Amino acid sequence: MTEYLRGTRRAPTGGWRHATVREILHPSPRAVILRLEVPDRIDHWPGQHYVIRLTAEDGYTAQRSYSVASPASDQLLEFYVERLDDGEVSSFLADVAEVGDELEIRGPIGGWFVWTADAPMFGIAGGSGVVPLVSMLRHAVHLGRTDLMTLAVSARTLADLPYADELVAAAAVVTLSREISDNGRAAGRITAAEVAPLVPPEGACFVCGSTAFSGAVTEMLTSLGVDVQRIRIESFGPTGSPADLIA
Amino acid sequence: MAGPTRKGDSMATRGFVGKRRPPEGIKLPPGQYDVGRDFPVLTAEATPRLDPERWTMTVDGLVAREHTWTWEDLHLLPQSEYRGDIHCVTTWSKFDTRFGGVSVDLLLDTVEPLPAATHVFVTSTTGYTTNLPLHEIRDGKAWIVWTHEDKPLPREHGGPVRLLVPRLYFWKSAKWVTKLTLLDHDEPGFWERNGYHDLGDPWLEQRYQGD
Repeated sequence: MTEYLRGTRRAPTGGWRHATVREILHPSPRAVILRLEVPDRIDHWPGQHYVIRLTAEDGYTAQRSYSVASPASDQLLEFYVERLDDGEVSSFLADVAEVGDELEIRGPIGGWFVWTADAPMFGIAGGSGVVPLVSMLRHAVHLGRTDLMTLAVSARTLADLPYADELVAAAAVVTLSREISDNGRAAGRITAAEVAPLVPPEGACFVCGSTAFSGAVTEMLTSLGVDVQRIRIESFGPTGSPADLIA
Repeated sequence: MAGPTRKGDSMATRGFVGKRRPPEGIKLPPGQYDVGRDFPVLTAEATPRLDPERWTMTVDGLVAREHTWTWEDLHLLPQSEYRGDIHCVTTWSKFDTRFGGVSVDLLLDTVEPLPAATHVFVTSTTGYTTNLPLHEIRDGKAWIVWTHEDKPLPREHGGPVRLLVPRLYFWKSAKWVTKLTLLDHDEPGFWERNGYHDLGDPWLEQRYQGD
């Protein structure tokens, strides 16, 4: 953390915009991908997030933060939102939002969990925590610098892994906790032996997932000798259960 | 573009009804919802394992006499408790929760802030920092706490010890706090350099720079 504080580069930030929903995809019954057109959009850095705010007729508002899945080079701004049964924003986005709707959004926000393909990195994420890593990956693909990245992603099953095809194509190490993998890997959580060869000798380690996932991975990285100053975390949810992605 | 209480342009979202209105009689800061019994964990860095025996709390900068307290020193001071609400910038609020420790007033009384001191720069053992106007941590508005609901503060919530400034968004309540430095100017901390507000008053919805 102190390393960052010596830095001088500030991440971009932007104000409120009225975005228009241009595409909606339902990659699984528990998730929605929204692709938005944003007037006067400020180019984001991979890993940054936006706030989406919903307003009811009586003025009641609800807002949540979501990591961007797209790179700045994408014409549209893409979000992958996990649908939570008690999530008033995520369930609206998954069930009610339609192409052509306007949404109030604000961003980009955040300057810590960001990577601009200018140094080696290791990204490790669980479930919808892969989203900021997907933005980083797409940015690296755009720049032709995927050589700088190593990725490990975890989910219960391959069907539960957001952007599975893209991550597999990028040679991410995929670990499934409840399913035998196509390559014969037994169901189970990611192990230190699987992580160790992926960690570069220098550069940031980006950890994103539930509180439990982030905690376990951070302990694993430090047990492998990774300096805590290299570890950047974005975790979400109360201990042990999922919630909206929060920065 | 920004108004005093409502940021951005007002716009009803087609089809949005909302499910988390606070109960009758409960007033929440704008844009917040009641998280109930949960206490979400937010961190940007590895959660440290602090040994209370080696931890110290220092107040320095623009003070008559800087001072460092050990864990034991702080426990020998008169204890006090905060009971009330806390508000996280990620939009959850937690009602009627209790933290115990010592009032920051006791620490400030010992070091005697100089008249020139206007702001405080907070540093944690991890290198995390945050900034506050000095008046926001005086006169019963801030605590150094080590219990939550009568139990030792859990590591993931800043245990063994954190700053508590419940009037402001909770990122100001630095986990694993170890130093308060009094300054004659405002100096942005970790999240403040990353786009978040220098004051962070939830009732004015000061979430981000420019609010």
